[in-house]
Formats: sequence, C-alpha cells, structure tokens
Amino acid sequence: MTYLPKPKLHHPSLQRNAVGFTRRDYEGAISTLCAGCGHDSISAAIIQACWELDVQPHRVAKISGIGCSSKTPTYFLSASHGFNAVHGRMPSVLTGANLANRELMYLGISGDGDSASIGIGQFVHAIRRGVDMVYIVENNGVYGLTKGQFSATADQGSKSKKGAINTDAPVDMVGMALQLGASFVARSFSGDKTQLVPILKAAMSHKGAAFVDVLSPCVAFNNHPGSTKSYDYIREHNHALCRMDFISPRDEITVEYPPGELREVRQHDGSVLRLRKLPESHDTGDRVAAMNYLHACQARGEIVTGLLYVDAEAADLHAHLDTVPAAFNTLGERELCPGSAALAKINASLR
Amino acid sequence: MQPTDIRNPQYFHKVVDCQWACPAHTRVPEYIRLIAAGRYDDAYLLNWDSNVFPGILGRTCDRPCEPACRRGRVEESNGEKPEPVAICRLKRVAADNRSDAIETRMRQRLPERVPDAEKFRVACVGAGPASLTVARDLAPLGYRVTVFEADAKGGGFMRTQVPRFRLPEHVIDEEVGYILGLGVELVGNRRIDSLRRVLDEKYDAVFVGCGAPRGRDLHVPGRDENTDKIHVGIEWLASVYFGHVKAVGKRVIVLGGGNTAMDCCRSARRLGGEDVKVIVRSGYEEMKASPWEKEDAEHEGVVILNWLNPKSFVHEHGKLTGMWFTPMRAEHDANGKRKLLPTGEPDRLIECDEVLIAVGQENAFPWIERDLGVEFDEWGLPKLDKLTMQSTLPKVFFGGDAAFGPKNIIWSVEHGHQAAASIHNLLQQDDVRKRPPPLTNLVSQKMGIHEWSYDNEITPDQRFVVPWAPKEKTLKDIKQEVELGFDVQTAWKEAQRCLNCDVQTVFTKDICIECDACVDICPMDCITFTANGDEADLRTRLTAPALNLAQDLYVGGPVKTGRVMVKDEDVCLHCGLCAERCPTGAWDMRRFLFAESYAGRGEDYSALPAKKVAA
Repeated sequence: MTYLPKPKLHHPSLQRNAVGFTRRDYEGAISTLCAGCGHDSISAAIIQACWELDVQPHRVAKISGIGCSSKTPTYFLSASHGFNAVHGRMPSVLTGANLANRELMYLGISGDGDSASIGIGQFVHAIRRGVDMVYIVENNGVYGLTKGQFSATADQGSKSKKGAINTDAPVDMVGMALQLGASFVARSFSGDKTQLVPILKAAMSHKGAAFVDVLSPCVAFNNHPGSTKSYDYIREHNHALCRMDFISPRDEITVEYPPGELREVRQHDGSVLRLRKLPESHDTGDRVAAMNYLHACQARGEIVTGLLYVDAEAADLHAHLDTVPAAFNTLGERELCPGSAALAKINASLR
Repeated sequence: MQPTDIRNPQYFHKVVDCQWACPAHTRVPEYIRLIAAGRYDDAYLLNWDSNVFPGILGRTCDRPCEPACRRGRVEESNGEKPEPVAICRLKRVAADNRSDAIETRMRQRLPERVPDAEKFRVACVGAGPASLTVARDLAPLGYRVTVFEADAKGGGFMRTQVPRFRLPEHVIDEEVGYILGLGVELVGNRRIDSLRRVLDEKYDAVFVGCGAPRGRDLHVPGRDENTDKIHVGIEWLASVYFGHVKAVGKRVIVLGGGNTAMDCCRSARRLGGEDVKVIVRSGYEEMKASPWEKEDAEHEGVVILNWLNPKSFVHEHGKLTGMWFTPMRAEHDANGKRKLLPTGEPDRLIECDEVLIAVGQENAFPWIERDLGVEFDEWGLPKLDKLTMQSTLPKVFFGGDAAFGPKNIIWSVEHGHQAAASIHNLLQQDDVRKRPPPLTNLVSQKMGIHEWSYDNEITPDQRFVVPWAPKEKTLKDIKQEVELGFDVQTAWKEAQRCLNCDVQTVFTKDICIECDACVDICPMDCITFTANGDEADLRTRLTAPALNLAQDLYVGGPVKTGRVMVKDEDVCLHCGLCAERCPTGAWDMRRFLFAESYAGRGEDYSALPAKKVAA
C-alpha cells in the first residue's frame, strides 16, 4: 500500500505505441493492495499487454465483482469503462454489456472467491455461452479481504497461515472452463510476466470466451510454507507447457524455426500464436487432450502453466444468437423501433 | 556482472551526482534538506565545513554540481526544458538567512586542538581561497598560520577581479573574517618577492596560493599604441575594484570567451560602455564562459560575436578606432583534434574606443628562486604530488590557480584542504600521503509503513528563476548586486525539486521473494530481474535501456530463481516507492553519509552537528 501517487515523471526513453500512448498512459490509480500482492503484477501485465496491442483505452470495458482482485480495475486503464458489480455477478453484467455493445473489448476481472464460490453459477454460464471476453481469475486460494480463510480453489491438504489444514477438494477452474466449452484456456503466474503478457495479448485478440487463470500469491495470508499458492511453491512446481510468442497481424515474422520445433495457431484477427517447446504429445487444438494433460500434471503434483487449449475458429454468443452486427448505440431509431407492422409480424409468428 | 559491493563507500558516493562532481564533495542533498527545514545555520555550517565560502560560492561558483545533477536528466522528455536543481543559488539562501549566532555555532563544531601544535609556524603566500582554506583547516588545530597578501585585505581574486555586481564586498569581508577570527595572522600590503626569504624565516611549512596573477596579452600589430585604451582584462578589473578606472569608452571590444571576458563586458556596460561586444575566435558553444554567465551578459545588451580572430588594432590620428578580425572556421583532423582556419572571407573591421583583452591567465613565479629545490615543469608550473599538493621541496606546497593553472574557487578550496592535510601530516611526522578517512554511514530512513524521514514526494515543478534587480538600476551602479537571491518561500519550492539522491535504494537479496512489485511501481523503469550477463549485454536487456554509461548498474543477487536484480542508477527518483511496495523490506531507503575529512580529524571526528553540540 502506498499513500503517495506514482510520480508522473517517466523514463526519458519511454516509447509511444501506434495509437500515441506510452505504457504509463495505461496505468490507473495507485494500488491500495498489500505490498507485494500478485494482483498488482497482473495489473502491470494487463497494462503492458494493452500498450503492446495498441489498444484504445476508451474501447475497453473492465468489469469486476467483489474482492481484492475485483478492486484492481481501479489500478489500470484509468481511461477505460468500468463496472464494479455485486459479488459474483461480474459474468452476467459483462454478458449484458457485451450484448448491448459488441464492439468493446471486455475484461472480466475476478478472483477465486468471486468466481469459484459465490459466483460459480455465473462463471459457468458465461463460459458456456461463449461470451466474447477475457475472463481473468486472480487466483490466490485464500480470502484475503477477510483475513485468510481457505477459498474454494485451495488445494486439499494445504495449510493456512494459522496452521489449519484444508480438508475440502479444490475447484479446478481451468478444468471447468475446458469442460464448459471455453475456446481459449490458459493458466499463468503473476510472478512470470514473460509468460503472462503474451497469454493476455493472445486472449485479448481471441474471439470467444477466453479464460485465464492467473496464480497470484497473497503475500499477507498465503505465502508461507505449507501453502500451495506461495511464490516459492509455484516456482518449484511450475510446469511451463510451452513458450508462447504472440505475433500481431501487423508484425513481420522474422525468425524462422526448423519444422517440428514450433506450432503456430492463426486466430480470427490474423494474429499468430507461436508455441515453442510444446511437448510432442500435446495438441493445443484438442480439448480432450488438454483436459487429460491438465489432470496428468495435477496427478504428478505439477502446476501446468501456459496455453492449454485454443479454438482459433470459435464462434461467440453473438454468432449463436445471430444478433445485429453493430453496437446498439450505433443503431438509429428506425432499427431500434421498427414500428407496429414489424411487431404485428412477430406476434403473428408466435400465434 | 559481479554483485555490486556497496560496502565500498565510493559506489553510493557516485550515485550522489552533485556531491561526486563537487571538487570539495560538499554534501549537497543534506544541506538542501536543511534549507527546506529552515535550518539555515546548519546548512551554512555544513557548507562552510566543506567549501569554506558558502556566501561567496553561492554567488560565484562554477557549479560543477549542476550539470551533474540528476534532476536535469530526469526531466528530459518530461517537460519543456530539463534543468538541474538551482544548487548554487540555494547555497546562497543558507548564507543570506544565517543567524547572528553563526560564529558561535561555528566554533562549537571545530575539531580538537592538536597537542603542541602552536610550536609550528605555517606561511601562506597570497590570501586567496586556497590559502584561506589552508588557514581555516590548520588554525583550529593550533598551528600558527601567517598569510601574506600584496593587497590590504584578504580574498585575492574573489575581491579584486570578481565584480561587485556579482559579489558584494561585505560577503567577502564576513567570510574572510571568520577565518581570520580563528587566530590566523594576515599580513596585508606585503608582496612576497622571494621564497628564499620566507624560508629563511624558519617557517615549518609554506603554502603557495598566489593564484595565476598574470593576464595573457595579445601581441598583434598596433598593440603598442594608445596603451591607455587597450587593457589586459584582469588588470583592468582590479583597477575598477580599486577605483582607478571609473569610466570606459562608448564602444568597447572584449576579446576572449571565458568568465573573465563576461566580467569585463558586464563591468564595461556599467562604466559607460554602450556598444559592448565580446569577440571570440571560436564558436558560441565552445566558449569557456559558463552558459548562465553568457546569458546574463546578453541580457544586459552585450553582443557576442564568434569565429573572429583578432588581426590588428587600428589607430587613426593617434586614436584607437577599431580592430581588424579574420573570419574563422573549425576543422577536425583525423585524430579529432580541432584546428581553427581562416574561412577565406574578407577581414572585418569592427570599430571601438577601448579594448579589453581577456584571453587567459598565466602563472608566474619570478619570486621563487630556482635553486631552492622547487622544480618546475616545461610549462612553468610547479612539479607537484597531485594528491598531497607537495612540491619537490618537501616543506613547500601549492594550491589553487598556482598549482595547475587557472581553475576556479571551489577547486582552490579543495587544493587547500588537501594541502592542509599534507602539512598536518608533515608537521606530525606522519606519512604525507595519508588522507584523513571520510566519515561514512548508511542508515535506514523508514519510520513507518508509509513514512520516511525524508520528503520522498516528487514535485513536478520546473526550476525557479532567481529574481534580479531592475536593469535600469544595475547598469547605472556597478556596486548594485544583480541577483537578489531566492526568498525563503521560493527557496523551499526549489529545494523540493532535489531528488535526495543521497537516500540510497539498498537491496538485500536474501529476503527478496521476486514478487515484481518494485519493477511494477518504479516510475522510471529502473529495476529489472533478469539472467546475469556482462555489463554491455545487461544494459540492453533492462526494462528501460541503460544508455548513460557514466552511470553505474547496481547488481544484487543472485535471488532464488538464479536471476539478478539490476538497477540502473541513471534516472532513479529516490522516491522510495520500490521500498514502500516491497513486502519483505528487501528494498530499503537508507541515507548515505559521506563527509570528507580534513587535516587533523581522525576516525572519531564527527562532522554531524548533533554529537558535537550535545557534547
């Protein structure tokens, strides 16, 4: 926590991106989270990803629920739209916003409490419907705001700061997202921005429900020996699936790799996800294989991170519902109120 | 890279750019904080300890600290005009606002007397800043110091060549007075014309601080006619000081581009010169005068003409009427050495009534007999040990402009400190090369979760301008000081621009959990955790490239993942946010003390006022 605002002064060599902003322009208010909180690193990764993607801040909506994680939208993209929803209700607010204006980029910011407990039903249905969004769970396995009780993602057998052992089985949100039909599923770690930033960029460029589970240690209540969500534990058990480079449609592909060393996935918008050091056995386009891989790693006590699954050709909720291909606020009165003849026609079709 | 050894005090000393750049290593950020706190006496005494003449230097210093100041680099591409903190003018604030009790407080902080020191007699030749510094350092220890001066009063060039509109005489009187008040004997109106006779008087050590008293002349055709209208600059300035010169012609040419030329042209403007031109052989940027002195002169209507080489004086009907100049250009040879060549354009005649020649100063030691054992080099300068200022005759020391040719006041002071330490060693039969150890310390400034004992908020203010007396007034009266100095409110605001570079970011690798909080919060992108490499490689791989090779990389680690922490010191704001966001205290803000020590002060000497006053 810091009382002083971050000085506006910046490094003399700070660059501007294609839309004229520096990375500092994507920042928000100074964080009031505990010093060393993983969530702040995720905010920094979002800032970096948006700057690198030349995102126009006013074309982003950040929507969150309640909790430490859900406070963080204040700390990045201060020029974007924001909505701080009721506990666990971020997914339905986001779904509604997305239906009304499909032209914005939606960042759903949530935590393990907000999404795996009170909001689990909401989470399930937003993923299942294929809402075009980046759903980020800042996962620390603990209720930080209420002083460190186990959350639903805490591993069985892990120890709380006070010494209690968790006896409940954990909710595995990555497994659920895969099973529920998310078209982009990844897991990362707040302490590894070289992995997290390309994943966020890929997720932001993905059309469809992108789910990113980010392990984010709670320094105040869950960073002790016996925790399975501490910096040390995650670093020791991290099994990075592959190295991913995100190549935007504008970028020139310069480095050539010998065949077999990498796999490339081209997304809807022309961006390319280049996966390096991917095990032979793993196919990121195969949902069943991804689920098997996830569970196999879990059984070995490893935390698999990286891009697990992507369906580059996925369709989203708007495609499913065949909605009008424009934001409602761009439609005129004639389109929004087609008149009594049109109403009569609809009514007739229901008789 | 190897992890940085922060136990070597020179590492953090270098981070304090201003202090590092100051020849006397004045603790700049500390005195700026004292000024901000309204503790003007303490700020003055801190300066006095290091540079002996805070009031004089606060007006006339060449300020090597300011081009070095980190604030100037930090403001690059952050505002309209990047500017360093007005360090020099803040020093003057301390002098302007010191209390009447300053001499009493000064005495409370003097070092202990050395037993039997009064047995030793030290002679200083010339009462300029170098000699006076030797006297200031040695007299409190008990040595009997006699200063010989050709003029009636002490001060040397500070009194006779620096014009009164830049440096009022009372400031010199006061600060020379403090030194004489320590029991130093000043023998005025006594020009030393023989070193042999001084040595015959059985002084135990002799310090030569006679300056570089000879102005370089310009021998071009016509120089020998109308010599009452053609003057050597420094001699003319002295004549102005003594009142021998009260007026100058309407059209004046000043030859030369150094600070003496600036003093000449500005003095000429005040003595009746209406059309005053400074004419320089080389380009504007290459002129030796400080940028602010050039600005001040131009502000007063002085015209600076560059790339003109004086060719001859023109006299008509027995009167000086002008000078011929040859247009020049610069050419760099294969070795990058610059040569001035005529452009081939026709010569230019510039009319004038009077000419001041300010093309440099020379050392002259006609009064030192060459058979005494004091050796001189091919340029006529004494052969010296650069550390001790000792000549080839062990009991004779040199300092100031007399040592290595013309420099400036602050260098003279530093030479004086070093010579005094050497003289003390010599008299105590110690190794002359031994230097008194500096006082160093590194203390955490943390007072609470968000509380530091220094003001870590960074002000966005641009440099404040020192108010001037109106031009109509200053150009009429040569004794009217031009700069009026900051008032205390503006001084406080200017003091807030200081980044407190002596409050160091100190990294402890063993407790770092690599959460990246410091990397994320740092406004200047100074911090990176990465795989180790050699310096050239690391400099390209940081969060922001470290392009300023004059600034060090602080390497800490390795941390648990095997990476190293690399901090580029270049544009760090010392805002402490890395330490505030650090959950484990692996970053801490610690105030670094580096106080030069002077003659006779051992390891137990404390330059900190508190201890001395409490005792």
